[in-house]
Amino acid sequence: MDDLKQKYLGQIADAGDEAVLEAIRLSAVGKKGEVALKMRELGKMTPEERQVAGPALNALKDEINSALAAKKAALADTALDARLREEWLDVTLPARSRRQGTIHPISQVTEEVTAIFAEMGFSVAEGPRIDTDWYNFDALNIPGHHPARAEMDTFYMHRAEGDNRPPHVLRTHTSPVQIRSMETMGAPMRIICPGGVYRADYDQTHTPMFHQVEGLAIDQDISMANLKWVLEEFVKAFFEVDGVDLRFRASHFPFTEPSAEVDIRCSWEGGKLNVGEGDDWLEILGSGMVHPKVLKAGGIDPESWQGFAFGMGIDRIAMLKYGIPDLRAFFDSDLRWLRHYGFASLDQPTLHGGLSR
Amino acid sequence: MKFTLSWLKDHLDTTATLDEILYALTDLGLEVEGVEDRGAKLRDFTIGYVKSAEKHPDADRLRVCQVETDEGVKQIICGAPNAREGITVVVAKPGVYVPGIDTTIGVGKIRGIESFGMMASEREMELSDEHDGIIELPSGEVGQSFVDWLAENDPAKVDPVIEIAITPNRPDALGVRGIARDLAARGLGTLKKRDVDAVEGTFPCPVSVTIDGDTLEQCPVFYGRVIRGVSNGPSPAWLQDCLRAIGLRPISFLVDVTNFFTYDRNRPLHVFDADKIAGKALRVHRAKGGETLIGLDEKDYTFDEGMTLISDANGVESIGGVMGGLASGCTEETTNVFLETAYFDPIRTAHTGRALKINSDARYRFERGIDPAWTPYGIEHATRMILDHAGGEASEVIVAGKIPETGRAYKLDAARVRSLVGMDIPESEQRQTLTSLGFVLEGSMAHVPSWRPDVQGEADLVEEVARVASLTKLQGKPLPRVTEGVPKPILSPVQRREAIARRTCAALGYNECVTYTFIDQASAALFGGGAEDTKLENPISSDMSHMRPALLPGLLQAAARNQARGFGDLALFEVGPAFHGGEPGEQHTLVSGLLVGRTGPKDVLGASRAVDVFDVKADAETVLATLGAPAKVQILRGASEWWHPGRHGMICLGPKKVLGIFGELHPRVLAAMDVKGPAMAFTLWPGEVPMPRKTGATRPALKISDLQAVERDFAFVVDADVEALTLVNAAMGADKALIEDVHIFDEFIGGSLGEGKKSLALTVRMQPVDQTLKDTDIEAVSAKVVEKVSKATGAVLRG
Repeated sequence: MDDLKQKYLGQIADAGDEAVLEAIRLSAVGKKGEVALKMRELGKMTPEERQVAGPALNALKDEINSALAAKKAALADTALDARLREEWLDVTLPARSRRQGTIHPISQVTEEVTAIFAEMGFSVAEGPRIDTDWYNFDALNIPGHHPARAEMDTFYMHRAEGDNRPPHVLRTHTSPVQIRSMETMGAPMRIICPGGVYRADYDQTHTPMFHQVEGLAIDQDISMANLKWVLEEFVKAFFEVDGVDLRFRASHFPFTEPSAEVDIRCSWEGGKLNVGEGDDWLEILGSGMVHPKVLKAGGIDPESWQGFAFGMGIDRIAMLKYGIPDLRAFFDSDLRWLRHYGFASLDQPTLHGGLSR
Repeated sequence: MKFTLSWLKDHLDTTATLDEILYALTDLGLEVEGVEDRGAKLRDFTIGYVKSAEKHPDADRLRVCQVETDEGVKQIICGAPNAREGITVVVAKPGVYVPGIDTTIGVGKIRGIESFGMMASEREMELSDEHDGIIELPSGEVGQSFVDWLAENDPAKVDPVIEIAITPNRPDALGVRGIARDLAARGLGTLKKRDVDAVEGTFPCPVSVTIDGDTLEQCPVFYGRVIRGVSNGPSPAWLQDCLRAIGLRPISFLVDVTNFFTYDRNRPLHVFDADKIAGKALRVHRAKGGETLIGLDEKDYTFDEGMTLISDANGVESIGGVMGGLASGCTEETTNVFLETAYFDPIRTAHTGRALKINSDARYRFERGIDPAWTPYGIEHATRMILDHAGGEASEVIVAGKIPETGRAYKLDAARVRSLVGMDIPESEQRQTLTSLGFVLEGSMAHVPSWRPDVQGEADLVEEVARVASLTKLQGKPLPRVTEGVPKPILSPVQRREAIARRTCAALGYNECVTYTFIDQASAALFGGGAEDTKLENPISSDMSHMRPALLPGLLQAAARNQARGFGDLALFEVGPAFHGGEPGEQHTLVSGLLVGRTGPKDVLGASRAVDVFDVKADAETVLATLGAPAKVQILRGASEWWHPGRHGMICLGPKKVLGIFGELHPRVLAAMDVKGPAMAFTLWPGEVPMPRKTGATRPALKISDLQAVERDFAFVVDADVEALTLVNAAMGADKALIEDVHIFDEFIGGSLGEGKKSLALTVRMQPVDQTLKDTDIEAVSAKVVEKVSKATGAVLRG
């Protein structure tokens, strides 16, 4: 029996492929294999002999079966290794390209601003870009002869012959949306009005279309001190700094009274803006308490209500925050610019996750 | 508005430093735009004394000078003809920057002899154009700073020039005195008394003035007098320096006087040559229309009906409040001058100035509003100055009309500063502020000074008090939340959709553009716009003349620019307004995407290919799906002519409800816009996507079957123009309960099928509901599918 064991274990060890292994299996433990034949001989044995030979044969059968299984697995491993060696790839080859889309800085920054003001209870109001001169000027306490009208470089829409209404304008600010919102929402209210606005000016720092966000809060007990707090909170959150110094400077806008220009403390090091530190002051927005005449134009009683308003350039704060040098490039759609200054689709600004990466 | 520091100090008695003044100006709302500290650049020049000057051994024109300076005797080589022993000079030592020649002085050798500095001319220090020789000073100590010497002996040369921005509400600050008044109210000194005594006229005014009855609103009052026997000529040096410092050219004394008071007191004046006033009578009247005048700027003007004109017997001589006429103006030869001090209405003046396109100092001031009550004082001040410098004899003053009433008063509510601004300012301080600004307080009523047309209500009083107290001191105060707890969402469904569309497009690989919403007429016309109603009256250029009817022209222009820069594979999109008319609200939000070129750069995997209609179809469908559009839509043809007629589809809910269009753009449109095509595009109308009827966040229960679905493939031969969707819909209809999905997986055109035929292969997926399908069930449904499809399209099952 030892011979038998030696013979088959030796053959199994030498087997080079699965076919040989199968032949060995048949000749050893197959139905007509040597071990099976030996098993048949058991019947002829005495019970004593059988008690010895039976278990031995079973053990031999198990041993050969195990050796076969182990060899089969080893052969499969070898074959797989060989195949995998064949399947070598130059993985430094470029992958299938996938386009990377981008979000324009104006959209991104508008969402950032919206996220911040939403937290303070401001909703987003929108309105038409072509508007009547009443909404754009008169309602905002800028009568027809007011020098501010001439200074605003307004674009006018063409008037058909015989149409004697004053020409419509491309809104020079998003303030008409404030009036329209007052008319529809009434007091109290808190809104921001982001969107495109127009002035007939084109040079290094001016484009005939740009973007503004204005804010308006109307309530009974609301003052310029609240305005200052809101703007401080906004600037801190927007520029993602812990502290910021805001300076209110007296100024004049027809639609607010008192009015203030707002500067933020900053430094410019190597052309990079650092908000909240340094000795420079950067003018970033205009603001004030809503003029009683403006409230009245919006259908709100100035005897009972008061409020503040402010406005700033979205493109401008985008330039400041992200170090974008040229306003004109915002509207040029140069692919290189869109990719460089754009934002990934999933970079949605949130207050819990952070506005920028 | 420009003025010099010494001009300011002419009105303001102050010990404040320049920096304190500048800070206060900006803080008061008179924003400093710039300061030209003309002394700063001369800070390092010192005074020296030439001890000896000898001819340079190797150069006839050069002298070797030994110059005493604050650092001892220095040897300086000089080429100026007047360089000689015994003169006091201005020295620039090595290291000093000389502005007039834009050079920093070094130690040098000139023709072999060392030179340790330079002696400067006026031009080299940018003091004047004088360059005939080096400066010889009549006084000055060796080592003294030259700037200090100038400040002492010729201050106008180094007086800082301050330029401030004046907001339209502050005409009073268009005069130096108004600025001084603001600073005094802030506590930076006291306003000097600058009154003059009236000049008694010694003879009746030989020129008469009348104002037409219908013109009194636009010119309520006119003061005038003749001064005879004056000798006009150049102004005295102080006046010339004043005017030059703020960028005005001295012309002649009489003219300079008018300019001086324009800036000193915001009181424009006009001087006529009295001898040129025909008929010795002036009449202020409304233009009939068509009158003409050659203005002082030597340009021809023709007047519209209603403009304020001043005429004599010959016709128009002056445009009221805007500009005088050339013919009757003063010249060097003028000996008898007629001085005009009038008040012109701001609104009328603004209209006239704008219509005539005249931007004069007078118009600028009259349209913002001068102080009408100061009219009689203005004429006396000017008379006094003329008599003092040009001699002559003044007539009596004649007056036409009367000074318009400006008196008004508002209640000062001291608590208002607290409630509106949020600052605590004691009432006494509030009253003090207003008083120093010229308000007269009578109990709680504040009477507004005549020079403050901007103050029109109680809020203005608050503004004045807060402004003078300084808003810089304002402390922020938290704005309470509208509601307690977690803020509610604030975006409207429409706003959310816009944001979702934008981020989906970017996720699909498109780059967002923001293009101008006005484009050229030709491009607008290609996309159904460009008509008169969307035309701008005053476009900045013909490239921006019409409001865009669609986003695609802007994106195509962007594509053309990028192609010109060598970028041919583009995926651009924009979300924004397009305009279907020129009335407010005639705009609608669109989402447009544009694909040009290939899906990516050529690659070893062969994955790159030219973009096609099915790319934009997939993208349009994806964006619509994220916007919540129903999955079941119709694809119709027949969109506008800028689409390829055979290669586009309108994604519709019914024939009138278009959610979007995708397809290839018409080659003719691309050619017109210089875009190398083909180009694929989609445009979506997010506003057309029906809003879901939201009943809560709960989803309907999920119904899924444990029974296995069965798929069967069919291949049909149909006419080539039969649309796949027709087959799909027909197959879907074969058994609405069992058939879950029908999917086209192959198309084969022509070949063995013959001309005009194609084969479409589709997979029908059947989902049993209550029991496993038996072969006979499947056979029955399959037969129904074949029957339905054949009936709907004439298809035959491919053998």
